[in-house]
Amino acid sequence: MIDIVGKRHIWYAVSAILLLPGIIALFVHGLSLGIDFTGGTSWELQFNQPVDSQQVRTILAGQGFNDSVVQTSEDNSILIRMKELKEGSPVKAEIEDEFRSQFGEFTELQIETVGPTVGNQIRNRAIMAVILASIGVLLYIAWAFRNTERPVLYGAFAIVAMLHDVLFVLGVFSILGWVADVEIDALFVTAVLTVMGFSVHDTIVVFDRIRENLDRRIAPTYEETVNFSVAQTVVRSLNTSLTVILTLAALYLFGGESTRWFVFALLIGVAAGTYSSIFNASQLLVSWRNGEIQRFFTFWRKPSDSRARTA
Amino acid sequence: MTIALILIITLVSTWIAIPSDWLNIAGAKDNIYVHQGLDLQGGLQVVLEARPPDGGSVGRDELVGTRDTIERRVGGLGVSEPLIQTRGSNQIVVELPGVTDPQQAVDLLKQTALLEIIDTQGQSLAVGTKVNTTLGNATQPDSSATPGTAEASPDATADATAEATPGAESTPEVTGPVFTTIVSGSDLEDAFPTQDSVGSLVVGFRLKSDAADKFYEFTSTHIGQPMSIVVDKTVINTATIQDAISNEGVINGLSATEVTNLVLQLKSGALSVPLEVVQSRTVGPSLGQDSIDKSILAGAVGLGLVALMMILYYRLPGLLSVAALFIYTAIVFALFKLIPVTLTLAGIAGFILSIGMAVDANVLIFARLKDELRLGRPIPAAIEAGFDHAWPSIRDSNVSTMITCAILFWFGRYTGASIIQGFALTLFIGVVISMFTAIVVTRNMLRILLTIRPINDRWWLGVDHGQGVPASATE
Repeated sequence: MIDIVGKRHIWYAVSAILLLPGIIALFVHGLSLGIDFTGGTSWELQFNQPVDSQQVRTILAGQGFNDSVVQTSEDNSILIRMKELKEGSPVKAEIEDEFRSQFGEFTELQIETVGPTVGNQIRNRAIMAVILASIGVLLYIAWAFRNTERPVLYGAFAIVAMLHDVLFVLGVFSILGWVADVEIDALFVTAVLTVMGFSVHDTIVVFDRIRENLDRRIAPTYEETVNFSVAQTVVRSLNTSLTVILTLAALYLFGGESTRWFVFALLIGVAAGTYSSIFNASQLLVSWRNGEIQRFFTFWRKPSDSRARTA
Repeated sequence: MTIALILIITLVSTWIAIPSDWLNIAGAKDNIYVHQGLDLQGGLQVVLEARPPDGGSVGRDELVGTRDTIERRVGGLGVSEPLIQTRGSNQIVVELPGVTDPQQAVDLLKQTALLEIIDTQGQSLAVGTKVNTTLGNATQPDSSATPGTAEASPDATADATAEATPGAESTPEVTGPVFTTIVSGSDLEDAFPTQDSVGSLVVGFRLKSDAADKFYEFTSTHIGQPMSIVVDKTVINTATIQDAISNEGVINGLSATEVTNLVLQLKSGALSVPLEVVQSRTVGPSLGQDSIDKSILAGAVGLGLVALMMILYYRLPGLLSVAALFIYTAIVFALFKLIPVTLTLAGIAGFILSIGMAVDANVLIFARLKDELRLGRPIPAAIEAGFDHAWPSIRDSNVSTMITCAILFWFGRYTGASIIQGFALTLFIGVVISMFTAIVVTRNMLRILLTIRPINDRWWLGVDHGQGVPASATE
């Protein structure tokens, strides 16, 4: 049988290596928040001829919109992210006139404006939603595993694995925001919450198998039981993830521009979720059982303890 | 029995799910269709926030009243299926699918036509004068023109009132005294065109009883002094108080057209609180159609890939799960039409994602089935045991996804993103139905197929002939 649990320290290290760049980016750069959170306008226009983004920026700057982000795509459409531009305001008409005179006729594909206070509300609600989802899932798992020795532990480690996946997605988007101007929006929060759901979904299946195998006393030690359970579920875990990844890949390739980053966040989140449910969640149970995690914390506490003694 | 039920559900769902013009027996499907969200059919979504001038809070009744007013105004636009609802304590969400001129719609919504009768403190104000009142200040029309300053301005009513009335281009902000508002639009019970004593057309209005008391008290103590009727901070009429008035009065000195317009504005537009657009989104129709086409392609490719993989890996059960997947798709799509779920781009993404997750229950069951077969169980017993053992995992994992869906739904409700709500709802429906199709549909199909002799073979179930001993526990 493959030994996954025995090499757990390697898997923890792999997770750390995968997460580290993102964590650094989160600390240094943070997340590039889109207009959903900060307020502002996102404006998508389609022209009949190619448009020079520098010229667009100049026109916008001339009307007081200095820090506008302008992205052009191959089909002559441009996406502008700028400070709040009100529908029906004279300044909007003026910008439109200048566009028309410089680049010819255009169609407004979409325009979205969010006021600054609304942006703040959405940000707070997003954080709230993530916290609520964590608590809800923790409570449910603790209840579902109420017949095991330490039901809360299962919930807690499912959450740890889940946070691992969320952190990975956040980290990747922090890097993307840093190097490629990718901003996160309300839809991104949706992706994160879905990744949370999927991650726990995947982890629970392994946990269920561990619970069942413990009842059946299938292996002499806890560690072996966990390894046996992981090995039993790994094919199913990969198959399920593969079907989800296949559908997401189809969405990513054919689903159109406006949901592309949303689908990308789901894709990497599902991949991370599959990894963490196989290589992290159940290994943490073993590490706890063997006292490795507690030892880590006593080691952590040591300096303050000795200080307390000398005082 | 169960099989008959599954068959009926499948046929009915398929009948509902296929396009409305197919097999439309006796027009039964006339009202069953896919409700497309704004991002699919194009249109306008606006979030309006009530901004009481004194910075206080808005009452529930006031907000609902304002919503009703907007509903009446939107009625005049001829939009099919507009959505106007209050959100939280001070917001109103307006969705106008298919609106091709967002500018006109926004203008209409923002047109507050705030009626006020003010105490002019003895001054005789000329018609057309802009005034500041206790319900807010008047400002120049293009206050929102310079970005940044609009936010900095503490006066939120500025854009709402000023933009509706162009003119007075140069004055940055109207200076001068702040006049006391005696009664406002919210005190109005009715407005109607009528004739005054000399036969000219005037606007008659009637006040609600508590406002009438206030009005009586004011007019009886100010006889001989002027008072002004102001609409949107512009004086439209100044009259000398001849007598104490309680509940009825007239606005004179207007042309016939002005009378008609003002009555309309007052009747349908006596908003009690000024509104400001805090969020708006317009999607052009071409983008919407493009999105639908792309989503259908993505869905078809996704469904095909999953089907292929399931058949290749799980053989006969895989084939059954694909059949179950098509039944799943038909039921879910029928539910989308019946409930109805407003399909948005994210909703479709949720649905396509759920196709991938829908086979998970089947994968769990089949993995267990293989286990049981390798342990040497006879096929019928292995099938039952496979389903029974897979159940706790299916239940627990799907409940956790449903919890996340519920929280997503709540999040969507408060962010104004019907886009997120749609995603949560479609994913939730998908998870529930996938449990049904995996447990009920696949199981019964498998039971029946195994009564047919040639199929009753372990190879078909994905276990090779040599395998009989649980030598490898990797599955």
